[in-house]
Amino acid sequence: MLSYGAALLEAIEQEMERDQSVFVMGQGVDDQKGQYGSTLGLHKKFGAARNFDTPIAEDAMTGIAVGAALAGMRPVHVHQRMDFLMLCMNQLVNMAAKYSYMSAGQVSVPMVVRASIGRSWGQGPQHSQAPYPFFMHVPGLKVLAPTTPHDAKGSLIAAIRDDTPVLIVEHRLLYGNQGIVPATEFEIEFGKARILRKGSHVTLVGVSYTVVDCLRAASMLASCGIDAEVIDLLSLAPLDSAAVLESAARTGRLVVVDNSWVTCGAGAELLARLQESPLGEHVRAKRLGYAPVTCPTTRPLEDIFYPSPRSVAVEAMKLCGRDPADLGELAVAREIEEFKGPF
Amino acid sequence: MKCGEIDIRRAYHLLRTIRRSEEKIIEIYSLDVIKSPVHLSIGQEHLAVGACMALDDNDVLFSNYRGHAHYLARGGSLKAFWAELYGKSNGHARGKAGSMHLVDMEVNFMPASAIVASAIPNAVGYALACKMRNEERIVVCFHGDGAADEGVFWESLNFAALKKLPILFICENNGYAIYSTQRQRMAGGSISEKAERFGIPASFHECPGTQQVWKLVSEAADGIRNGNGPQLLEMTTYRWFDHVGTDDDHDLGFRDIALRTGARNRDDVVKLAALLSPADVMAIDERVEAELAAAIAYAETGEFPGSDELMGHDYV
Repeated sequence: MLSYGAALLEAIEQEMERDQSVFVMGQGVDDQKGQYGSTLGLHKKFGAARNFDTPIAEDAMTGIAVGAALAGMRPVHVHQRMDFLMLCMNQLVNMAAKYSYMSAGQVSVPMVVRASIGRSWGQGPQHSQAPYPFFMHVPGLKVLAPTTPHDAKGSLIAAIRDDTPVLIVEHRLLYGNQGIVPATEFEIEFGKARILRKGSHVTLVGVSYTVVDCLRAASMLASCGIDAEVIDLLSLAPLDSAAVLESAARTGRLVVVDNSWVTCGAGAELLARLQESPLGEHVRAKRLGYAPVTCPTTRPLEDIFYPSPRSVAVEAMKLCGRDPADLGELAVAREIEEFKGPF
Repeated sequence: MKCGEIDIRRAYHLLRTIRRSEEKIIEIYSLDVIKSPVHLSIGQEHLAVGACMALDDNDVLFSNYRGHAHYLARGGSLKAFWAELYGKSNGHARGKAGSMHLVDMEVNFMPASAIVASAIPNAVGYALACKMRNEERIVVCFHGDGAADEGVFWESLNFAALKKLPILFICENNGYAIYSTQRQRMAGGSISEKAERFGIPASFHECPGTQQVWKLVSEAADGIRNGNGPQLLEMTTYRWFDHVGTDDDHDLGFRDIALRTGARNRDDVVKLAALLSPADVMAIDERVEAELAAAIAYAETGEFPGSDELMGHDYV
């Protein structure tokens, strides 16, 4: 058993051991906390040249990672908040994503960008966003959002070995979660979602932490006799719509729970693809995600800003023609209560 | 370090190749065979030629959208350049790049960017990789005065200085960002004065000629190759034509026609020709015309990429 953070650390240690061109840079990556343990001690093990703190200059540092990747290195650039990627957009969208195409494949940019997302404990308007849909929009970028410690390790190794720029979205509440992780090196497959729970009445699709919401919603639904299938999208770009459509074809009902705003999100894309398929008129579907406002800091508003196991279960009940009042109670998730920041 | 003097014959050949290519673009642009923006280097060729001739073959160049002179001075393929301008599949990027994104990896000329200052941190990152791998090569990054308006330029300079990276910044200061003068956009002293505050050698040079540029870059490259960290050379120059396209923009009134007259009077294509024998000049000129004609024929006879080429070179 390893935590999500420890699984990321194991992945990077194995890759740095295997390949001298792999290095890790970012604000605080060599500090005492080591990004939730995921970079802890790398500078001692591999030297300060391969694990270094950076100036607070996200734009240039992203460009520097791009340039090192152009030279054949495999940089992993770590961000403490995905909100900070707004400062990196030019380099990620105009440079990293474009180099291969605009050189007709003469160069590639094998870089990884890791970014923490997520709710809880008053992160507020500028420390809680998960704008992965922005990046799903851009050809030339890949986006992964692992939920389990197993997939965290497999995602990081796959991303490092891939020749295109890959963005890994990591939810803050997942770093402490434990799971079974193979000690050997392995890669997850780009463009492949995971079915975490088989079911026949409704398909629940989550992204990162909302997969946990979906699993809890499935338990609530089970006690009402509804058998939910739960899919962890894992790979957002490329997006495994085939897996979702195949499941929805069986259940006839689909709820997609974004870990971001609903508009132009993963749910929007999946429902559009559903509509374009022959299944369109046979599947009833619903999107969930953040409330369409800025994220509030205070707890009572924060609680209703995010989707929850209950809000997911309520929509599933409605799609199944059942009364949501039949749902039981569910305590607030352990990791939400336990998270006390301050980071 | 490059010793002695620059090879005038070779310098003139490169200058003439660039000048005649640019003139040819002006001549045919209205025929609409290029169908894409061009940012002419005309008037600035000598900076590229002096700098590129001072470098080693394994050094790495980062340019920008005004890159025709850099690419050709570095020895990028003239045929592939012309075919790329025509959007043909025998172009250096199979028509996917065009004038603004010149690339020739055979001569370590990295794909150029059309976004001001955006390739500067990429050049610094390449230099970081060189240092991490203990390579002897250096990176040269050409940029304009407009790039120093961008925050990323200063962020990049800071990191290069902080880590003592093997990179030479060459600021080709032509005084204008489209039609805005540097003084309309920038407070304080010169770009090189500000760069020097990062603790790196940085110097300002008023309209240096080809030979002087060659000397400056040779000396700077030598210091950088010896592990002394980055340097910046700011060199003023003059863009003869419009920011983009092939028009003469002096009728717009934002710059004095006398500036153009001054620039034309110190034209290095003419000056270097005067250092060679008339027979040498004639021979080189004839060779350039033949090479140019062959390159244009190569572009004209090339095929456009087929529709099956749209999706390649990105993952999908």
